[in-house]
Amino acid sequence: MVTGVFLQRELRLLARQKADWLNPILFFIIVLSLFPLGIGPEPNMLRIIAPGIVWIAALLSVLLAAERLFKDDYRNGVIEQLVAGRHSLLAFVLAKIVANWLSTGLPLLFISPVVALLLGLEQAALGAMALTLLLGTPLLSLLSVLGSSLTMAADKGGILLALLILPLYIPLLIFASSAIEAASMGLGYQGQLAILLAMLLLALALVPMAVTSALRINVS
Amino acid sequence: MYFESFNDFLAMGGYGFFVWLAFGITYLLLIVLIGGSIYQQRQFKQQLKATIAREQRVKQYQEQQV
Amino acid sequence: MFKWLDPYAKSETLYHFCGKLLPFLMVTALVLLLLGNIWGIAFTPADYQQGDSYRIIHIHVPAAILSMGAYAAMASAAFVALVWQIKVAHWAVLAIAPIGAVYTAIALITGMAWGKPMWGAWWVWDARLTSQLILLFLYFGVMALDGAFSDRKVGAKVSSLLALVGVINLPIIHFSVEWWNTLHQGASITKFRPAIDPSMLWPLLISILAFAVLLMALTCLRLRTAILENEQHRPWVRKLVGG
Repeated sequence: MVTGVFLQRELRLLARQKADWLNPILFFIIVLSLFPLGIGPEPNMLRIIAPGIVWIAALLSVLLAAERLFKDDYRNGVIEQLVAGRHSLLAFVLAKIVANWLSTGLPLLFISPVVALLLGLEQAALGAMALTLLLGTPLLSLLSVLGSSLTMAADKGGILLALLILPLYIPLLIFASSAIEAASMGLGYQGQLAILLAMLLLALALVPMAVTSALRINVS
Repeated sequence: MYFESFNDFLAMGGYGFFVWLAFGITYLLLIVLIGGSIYQQRQFKQQLKATIAREQRVKQYQEQQV
Repeated sequence: MFKWLDPYAKSETLYHFCGKLLPFLMVTALVLLLLGNIWGIAFTPADYQQGDSYRIIHIHVPAAILSMGAYAAMASAAFVALVWQIKVAHWAVLAIAPIGAVYTAIALITGMAWGKPMWGAWWVWDARLTSQLILLFLYFGVMALDGAFSDRKVGAKVSSLLALVGVINLPIIHFSVEWWNTLHQGASITKFRPAIDPSMLWPLLISILAFAVLLMALTCLRLRTAILENEQHRPWVRKLVGG
């Protein structure tokens, strides 16, 4: 119940500050359009590298959104109040994660078919890409909330955040792009999806705890 | 000694460059790490000593004034 | 059960304890390192496949093993620090991180110098190399996070938390990269029966021990500095340094 209240608050804030979630999406599209310009418009080449670049663009755009996740709440003292109140901190963290996914992960899911069209992905690979994004973007949200909570009170957050969480994204990147690659070669990719799901569940169990303790440390 | 002459030892069976490069960089990094750690400690001690000495001088001066 | 360990959580006791251990550890480490490396580089036969280039193993393997050992030590310190709220353990985390980073860098650089004559390339995107590179990034992350806070106490705690998060992620990264792509040869000495001749094995084991002892020695040294820096307003530090 408390989570629902927090979630409503987060969504209302997002509705007011549209730049927070619109910019990462625009960034995603722009980065993707840079690749054909940089590498050349050869369709076969684009088809081969498409899974990788879609995922890299997704990582970077989620990272972009992550920086400001806790900054405002930290500055105006919301987090300090929550830590002092104790019982509602976990609900707050869960609401943050869900709101972050709704505002950055979900739009990526919707744009991905368009992007796939631009890059000339095949039907089979398209399905795999949608599935990996469905399983992978919540994991991205979890990890970026974690990174953002660690650097919340840091003086120079931006690049530091990238340094901290990009290494943690690597397993996700490997399995997601290998699933899309397998699908585009007509092979089964349930194995990779199962591992993605396993990583997601593991993160779902552990990350909220780590985030709450990071928040406590940062305000103490 | 496995090698027949000192030149053989340096040549490392044709791999001399790579072997000595690896060993050279390793020892360089280790020396920098050890030396840096020692230097850091010495530097801090000196700094703290100077700070304490200054505080004591200030204290003495204030006592004289009174 | 931990009663005998308790006094060492006190910074003054630990400072003097480390000071007592330090000369002994440092001398042992350097003697073992020179013994193992000179034995390995000058007195062992060449490998029948790789010729003399295999001699890089005497620094590559110890650095690689201990780069992970250092991470394990750092993460254990982080765990102790966060669970029992012991501040010297936070400082231990920060003391170990640069040592681990240097070991990781040594493992990578010697691996490159070994890979060039054997594989024909300085760098290949192979499983072990990639996961070692990520390990280096994790060390850098811990070090950078500590430096980013104006309040040093918060920085130390947050870096401990990151070190702990990394330890859960390390096996995941390791295995994901393993399945992704592999060219690196398998481990030579951790198998049930060593796949390496005893005459080559002994100097290698001595070098590994040397890197381990050096890790301890450097941790003692750096931890002492960290204790002095963090406790500089305590009377015992003032007496020790100023008197």
